[in-house]
Amino acid sequence: MDIQAVIKNQVTNNPVVLYMKGTPKFPQCGFSNLATQILDACEVQYVAIDVLADQSIRDGIKVYSNWPTIPQLYINGEFIGGSDIMRAMYESGELQTLLNVAN
Amino acid sequence: MLSAQQVEEYIRQGLLCDYIKVHGDDGAHFEVLVVSPAFVGKSMVQQHQLVYAALGDKMRAEIHALSMKTLTTEAWASLRQDSLK
Repeated sequence: MDIQAVIKNQVTNNPVVLYMKGTPKFPQCGFSNLATQILDACEVQYVAIDVLADQSIRDGIKVYSNWPTIPQLYINGEFIGGSDIMRAMYESGELQTLLNVAN
Repeated sequence: MLSAQQVEEYIRQGLLCDYIKVHGDDGAHFEVLVVSPAFVGKSMVQQHQLVYAALGDKMRAEIHALSMKTLTTEAWASLRQDSLK
């Protein structure tokens, strides 16, 4: 299975997926850390995928979403954004609404 | 080393900007505010993608992190109005 198909499976088989550097317990980048804190504040269950553990995912996810940076959040298979967009949508309450529907 | 000024020029070359301000002096991490008429009717993801597209390969090769805020010309104008009240 090629990497784009692997990613498609990951984001469609799990309601909330965060691609990040490191893990929620040990984030390896400030932006990934911020993303996990936002999801924790929303009290949502999510699957975290460490792109540092798999170079093909790290490259592939940027192609999948046409988005050159990590972290990236997906809800029900849809690309939602990176940490700036997550923060803006968290502050407006929009993210919580999306997550409530997803879970 | 990449300067905030250079990042601003790269974005301006690829995207019509009414206003742009770039901060960051370590050569790799930048913060940018971009106001463009090209953002009208686009989602936040699409607006950011336009800025990334303007930066092209530089985004992968030279810039480690870019924190971004994007506004349409109209949103920018009303924000400035509010700040004067």
